[in-house]
Amino acid sequence: MDQRTPAQALKPPPSRPSGTGFLQANIREYGMMLSLFAIMVLFEVLTNGTLLKPLNVTNLILQNSYIVIMALGMLLVIVAGHIDLSVGSVVGFVGALAAVMMVQWDVHYVPATIACLAVGALIGAAQGYWVAFYKIPSFIVTLAGMLVFKGLTLALLAGQSVGPFPKEFQLLSSGFIPDVFAGETLKITSFLIGIGLAAVMVVVNVKSRATALKHGVENEPFGFFVAKNAIFAGLIAYFAYLLSTYKGLPNVLIVMALLIALYTFVTNRTTVGRRIYALGGNEKAARLSGIKTERLTFLTFVNMGLLAGLAGLIFAARLNTATPKAGLGFELDVIAAVFIGGASASGGVGKVIGAVIGAFVMGVMNNGMSILGVGIDYQQVIKGLVLLAAVFLDVYNKNK
Amino acid sequence: MGAILDMRGISKSFPGVKALVNVNLTVEAGEIHAVVGENGAGKSTLMKVLSGVYPHGSYEGAIHFAGEERRFHTIADSERIGIIIIHQELALVPLLSIAENIFLGNEPARFGVIDTSLRYRRTQDLLAKVGLKESPDTLITHLGVGKQQLVEIAKALSKEVRLLILDEPTASLNETDSAALLDLLLEFKAQGIASILISHKLNEISKVADRITVIRDGATVDTLDCRAETISEDRIIRAMVGRPLADRYPPRNPKIGEPILAVKDWRVHHPIHQERVVIKDVSFEVRRGEVLGIAGLMGAGRTELAMSLFGRAYGKRISGKVEMEGRPVDVSTIQKAVAAGLAYVTEDRKTLGLVLAEDIVRNVTLANLPGVSTGGMIDDMRELQVASGYRQTLAIRCASVYQQTVNLSGGNQQKVVLSKWLFAGPKVLILDEPTRGIDVGAKYEIYSIINRLADEGKAVIMISSEMPELLGMCDRILVMNEGAFVGAFTAAEASQEAIMRSIMQSTMKKTG
Ligand SMILES: Nc1ncnc2c1ncn2[C@@H]1O[C@H](COP(=O)(O)OP(=O)(O)OP(=O)(O)O)[C@@H](O)[C@H]1O
Ligand SMILES: [Mg+2]
Repeated sequence: MDQRTPAQALKPPPSRPSGTGFLQANIREYGMMLSLFAIMVLFEVLTNGTLLKPLNVTNLILQNSYIVIMALGMLLVIVAGHIDLSVGSVVGFVGALAAVMMVQWDVHYVPATIACLAVGALIGAAQGYWVAFYKIPSFIVTLAGMLVFKGLTLALLAGQSVGPFPKEFQLLSSGFIPDVFAGETLKITSFLIGIGLAAVMVVVNVKSRATALKHGVENEPFGFFVAKNAIFAGLIAYFAYLLSTYKGLPNVLIVMALLIALYTFVTNRTTVGRRIYALGGNEKAARLSGIKTERLTFLTFVNMGLLAGLAGLIFAARLNTATPKAGLGFELDVIAAVFIGGASASGGVGKVIGAVIGAFVMGVMNNGMSILGVGIDYQQVIKGLVLLAAVFLDVYNKNK
Repeated sequence: MGAILDMRGISKSFPGVKALVNVNLTVEAGEIHAVVGENGAGKSTLMKVLSGVYPHGSYEGAIHFAGEERRFHTIADSERIGIIIIHQELALVPLLSIAENIFLGNEPARFGVIDTSLRYRRTQDLLAKVGLKESPDTLITHLGVGKQQLVEIAKALSKEVRLLILDEPTASLNETDSAALLDLLLEFKAQGIASILISHKLNEISKVADRITVIRDGATVDTLDCRAETISEDRIIRAMVGRPLADRYPPRNPKIGEPILAVKDWRVHHPIHQERVVIKDVSFEVRRGEVLGIAGLMGAGRTELAMSLFGRAYGKRISGKVEMEGRPVDVSTIQKAVAAGLAYVTEDRKTLGLVLAEDIVRNVTLANLPGVSTGGMIDDMRELQVASGYRQTLAIRCASVYQQTVNLSGGNQQKVVLSKWLFAGPKVLILDEPTRGIDVGAKYEIYSIINRLADEGKAVIMISSEMPELLGMCDRILVMNEGAFVGAFTAAEASQEAIMRSIMQSTMKKTG
């Protein structure tokens, strides 16, 4: 059509940048971050400062990594308008497979790891196939998958625990970034990586704000922007520091951070990501717009399977043994994380950062309540109520 | 007679938009009151305020009905005193029967057990009143839009109506069905029921309306009384647009070239009842620079033909050949059809056209994401530029291009769907009821775009139930009836009578 310059084509945004207006429009994202912050402060106080001890923060990350990783895949599945109930069983199954291969068959850990990831993806493909091409509701297909893989885990392990894993494989979960500076009390490499990460984040944000400003579409007040970046950079640096005073950044954290960055990028900036949102928002309209909806649905399940496989490996490496009970109930934490993070159950809506925050909300609560000695019984009650409250607030805000 | 309804100083805002500013509307008892205005002027919003969709407190101003000030908190409140609204988007449950839909939430029951035979009888009475010959047990999905509209009205009549509000009731009806509906309104008027009619079809308005309120940019600009003097359509347009509109159709100087799309022996079976042939060995071609119209009654198979061509989006066991620019092409999937240069703008924007939860930008680029991305990476700013460009050329009324499409007025949603396919850059653009629910000014814009596309050497196929539009725009008109072409006219030969005659004759041949 006609190629106007943007300055001509654009009318100025109707609402001038104002602090309260901006907050109101973005209440969802900030609200979630604030809740996570509030929950952390709450448990920090309740546990008399144990929550944010370097050792505990490290544990918190290790304990949560597999939930976060699976939440990334689950977000896409839920955005596409589906659900995957089988991920817990897949975690157990892939962990068991890894143990059987490495411990019982003596397969080298590299090919074994690759094979396990491939099996995860295959499982996703097998389930996605029915959902995408035969239109069987994902709830049913993955419920079946949940039973099948729980059973197969038992069969594979013959009801026994299998372990321990080779040393190198364990490093996946229990390893830390080696410190090239050999710092005594502070792991300098880890700390520098943290600082670097904060710097990269600020640079990226400044750049994207600059382009948005150039096109006249930025409505975040400057003060806000500065404050937000300062707070985030500060938090990253602070946590990097905390971790560095213990053993440094865990390997898993690096894996997790890379995956979060990758999925944020895919969902925000790529055509594939865009199409998944359209698919979940209105499948018929998406198909009529030339999107291969079936293939895309299939791929979101393959992706979920792959990530569940990775989570299975990490979990097995962490326990250093594969047990028939591994992964039990993980699907609930993962799905809860995505919904706490603001995804819509009817598809089309949800953000990676939300799912990650949701996963950490669940994680901090698990960890904090365990430190406080709350029994597993009431932990579940509280987590259930938090899920309901989070989604209620979301719906309430939307209707206001 | 006094006023039955008096709305005073109504203002209503949404984040970033003032949809209504100090609007006044008075409806006298037993009159048909038309409300007209451009797309996004605020007509539907005003009716939602009136019917309690937007509860008291979410707007400013006062509503007086039958002499009392009313504060509705829910739709049920307004229904209780006899204000019944039929929304722009039909709201029937497709898999329930007519009777079940009419008495939904209002079932004749004793001790919670539904009296089905009473419901059946009462439905029969209501259907007789609106002149719909269908069994009360028929499922809604099996009815066309025109009949569904009548069911909506029957549903309204099942309650105690004192003021009936119809928001663009005839937008998706053909002329016979529209005429029947308007007659029904006149009949209600005779019974003393007042009605408010919103429509972009100005001929209908001049036919039935007693008074007309014109809304522009959320404010009342004029109230015209048609009983005192006859009000011409041009007079209404002038009030709506704020300036006179010289012509309804832009001038056309066709430069028609070689055939660009040729379809041979196209045969399509019904997707569910596969033994039924829906499109019967149809052949046609359209040339470079040509605007080809397809006329026909509702259910003639025009949409089915278009959708089956567009990547088999409709139908089963499809056979036939398609050629683009003289070469056979494969259009067996939507991707292939788009790649071959076809685009289809649906008549059903809500379910097939838009991702409602997403903003204008994302909807506009959806069918051509590669056009705003490099290596699978979307360039936000290029995307924004594209969407802003269409916003301006099609005059899409919105707070910003980042507004969710669900919050756009009906006509503006239509423009977004059109933008999406314009941006896909097709060689042949199939438009299915492209001006449904669009105001006169915007129609002119769309016609101009059609002309421009044709001038660029593309071809446009226009399916429309509004015959004047086909006659005003097309270089050639094909007439479809029961899945086959039954007439073909050049622009010079075509007339409303000739088209109707060819439909009648083909129907008679069948039955006689
Ligand atoms: N829920 C909403 N949120 C934000 N804006 C809205 C919402 N509903 C309506 N609007 C805006 O209010 C204005 C009036 O919309 P309305 O639907 O009343 O128009 P209309 O006169 O009925 O138009 P049409 O003829 O196209 O149906 C439009 O600009 C629309 O974008
Ligand atoms: Mg409207």
